[in-house]
Amino acid sequence: MVDYRTEVSEGMVVLDAVHQIQAESAPDLACRWNCKAGKCGSCSAEINGKPKLMCMTRLDTIDVTKPVTIEPMRAFPPIKDLISDISWNYEVKKRIKKFKPRPPDAADGTWRMQQSDIDRVQEFRKCIECYLCQDVCHVLRDHVKHEEFIGPRFLVYSAALEMHPLDTEDRVDELKDEFGIGYCNITKCCTKVCPEHITITDNAIIPLKERVVDEHYDPLKKLVKLFRRK
Amino acid sequence: MIEYTTYEHDVLVIGAGGAGLRAAIEASAAGVSVGLICKSLLGKAHTVMAEGGMAAAMGNVDDRDNWKVHFSDTMRGGQYVNNWRMAELHAKEAPERVRELEAWGAVFDRTKDGKILQRNFGGHRYPRLAHVGDRTGLELIRTLQDHGIHQGIDVHMEVTVISLLKDGDRVVGVFAYEREHGRFRVFKAKAVILATGGVGRAYKITSNSWEGTGDGHALAYHAGAELIDMEFIQFHPTGMVWPPSVRGILVTEGVRGEGGILKNSEGKRFMFDDIPDNYKAQTASDPEEGWRYTQGDKSANRPPELLTRDHVARCINREVKAGRGSPHGGVYLDIAWIKEKLPNASEHIKKKLPSMYHQFMQLANLDITTTPMEVGPTTHYIMGGIRVDADTQASTLPGLYAAGECASGINGANRLGGNSLSDLIVFGKRAGEYAAQFAKENGHGSIDAAQIESEAKRALEPFDREGGENPFVIQNNLQDVMQKLVGIVRLEDEMKEALDGLAKLNERVSRSSVTGNIDFNPGWHTALDLRNLLTVSEAITRSAIERKESRGGQFREDYPDKDPAFAKFNVAVREVDGLMQISHEPIPEMPAELKAVIEEMG
Repeated sequence: MVDYRTEVSEGMVVLDAVHQIQAESAPDLACRWNCKAGKCGSCSAEINGKPKLMCMTRLDTIDVTKPVTIEPMRAFPPIKDLISDISWNYEVKKRIKKFKPRPPDAADGTWRMQQSDIDRVQEFRKCIECYLCQDVCHVLRDHVKHEEFIGPRFLVYSAALEMHPLDTEDRVDELKDEFGIGYCNITKCCTKVCPEHITITDNAIIPLKERVVDEHYDPLKKLVKLFRRK
Repeated sequence: MIEYTTYEHDVLVIGAGGAGLRAAIEASAAGVSVGLICKSLLGKAHTVMAEGGMAAAMGNVDDRDNWKVHFSDTMRGGQYVNNWRMAELHAKEAPERVRELEAWGAVFDRTKDGKILQRNFGGHRYPRLAHVGDRTGLELIRTLQDHGIHQGIDVHMEVTVISLLKDGDRVVGVFAYEREHGRFRVFKAKAVILATGGVGRAYKITSNSWEGTGDGHALAYHAGAELIDMEFIQFHPTGMVWPPSVRGILVTEGVRGEGGILKNSEGKRFMFDDIPDNYKAQTASDPEEGWRYTQGDKSANRPPELLTRDHVARCINREVKAGRGSPHGGVYLDIAWIKEKLPNASEHIKKKLPSMYHQFMQLANLDITTTPMEVGPTTHYIMGGIRVDADTQASTLPGLYAAGECASGINGANRLGGNSLSDLIVFGKRAGEYAAQFAKENGHGSIDAAQIESEAKRALEPFDREGGENPFVIQNNLQDVMQKLVGIVRLEDEMKEALDGLAKLNERVSRSSVTGNIDFNPGWHTALDLRNLLTVSEAITRSAIERKESRGGQFREDYPDKDPAFAKFNVAVREVDGLMQISHEPIPEMPAELKAVIEEMG
């Protein structure tokens, strides 16, 4: 850990402090950022141990009489300073079956959907892919199950596809087997850190778990499935 | 000898925002191999910041809308120096491109009968913007990203292009570095598409991220391509002004589309005082009519807050300069007032403008459902860019294409809000299609090893110097020069002063140095970006001096009126023997059928 000192002015966020340090004393200090408005999800870090976006964390919400610690996301391999290697997330996403719409509803190739039928999916699609939920998830962070568990971000992504009114694909088998949804024991840490306030656990993960249960553990369905296979 | 890794693609796309992604998808669907270079990580490009929506005359909300109205709105907004063929293609093809996004998984807000909902926006006669709350750009980029990753496109993340490589006149590849370890890369390509976005970082107050350093503009220019319309910069009327650290962050035009009004420190709704003649017939005569328009009354005209961005920005600037501004040098944007009209206004605002609500709550400690926001103009978009053929998006160099903000033509002197996202998908697709065709018809060119050696040497120079200036400091000074001298109101003397300032900054860049090593070193990256920023700043300034009139994004205090003589050409810049040369590019005569459309639409 390296110590830097910089002056704090009104309204400043943590990312401003990092930029100020780059301009004053450490131009090679590495950090990722883009929009500086909480919309791109690039500047994720652990600020005084809490996973947050640097651009949305005001310094007047932190005790600056003591040193403020800024660390990279720890659930991923470190690269340099505030940067960690998050490429695993991009690999995981590719493994999830893509959107497959039903045939169009109208002759002009368009579909009809009611707003009330898409509210839930729109909530999931607010995700800015900051991966703070992945960072805080103990299955990934502490138990390093990256091979067996896709993490909250990609359960939300799967939920957005599964609950999309037009989608006809089925991803339930993979969720159970390859994607390890069973590892999640709904401690809701991911929901708490989501800067977009997506109710990850209640609205995405639990309903997906229920689908897995319905599909694989419902005795009646199991019987039907057995016959279908023949 | 410089070490580098070589990659080969049929089509190489530089930039992974909406235009780049759409181009990559199209090229890949045409059956050629495609490489996609992202300056940042995939999905983080500036497109995510687009809020309001994408303009497409689908007529879902008002069936009077069609491509002709959209075309004439775009030409009127651009003050008739647009490339009319681009404006025509854009208006005709945008609806199909939007519907295609839905087929790829985008989830737009809906009308009551289940169609894609469309909202009002500045300069658009009818509700035309397909949208998702106030996060439409995120929806666009995520849809293209999630579709594109299954298309077999090779994505190169956190790679920055240093220069285009040429074989004779033809562009045959690029020289680049990857951020993580600073290693050099050569990409050979049969066709290259530039989709690098804008130049906002040339200004102090901007809505653009660090990436907006005019890379594509400068790469094309230094390779010998022509840029046009560089004087036309869009200052978005409503950026945040307080606290200082968030100055410039965008406040969507959607706030005004939902009924938000602009007031000065005297509480006066000043936009009613200054309505340009050519918009009088389309503008509300009183606040009541304006409100009815925002609530979907088809018989009402739009409120003056929804006039084009260039005009609204200038009115705000005038109020502030006249001493009628808010405490921190802006004016008030009030959406909270709609509680007089709607019983559940607070919930309504949060539902329609969720990210604006959070942005102000978190960054400014201000609740927009109860309190007016302080806003002021922010550098948002450049209408100018690489000159392209309307149908194919080919630049003036063989093998080089451009799409999106870095290309020029569709917007003329001023872009309408919502026309940018639709521009990305309409012309991104066309660039991908025609670049793929070029790649099928032409083999790889040969790469000049000497060019690579000299580019690499130049790129590493900041490490060889010691005790030079910090590149971040030089960038700040450059932003001060452009903000102060080539901003929203321009004067010849000030702009000449800016040219002197830029020349001095150029010398300082050549003496700057960076510390540390080449592993993920933002100081070094900034030093390299500075060359691009200086190039586009000079192009903006010289073009602005050349256009001795006021039109759209260019306002000259010394020539405050429009001059019909300047409606006949675009100002073009090109590099000749290392110097910037200005010329006039005549605008071709509009065909009779398009003229008839404009007349018909009034």
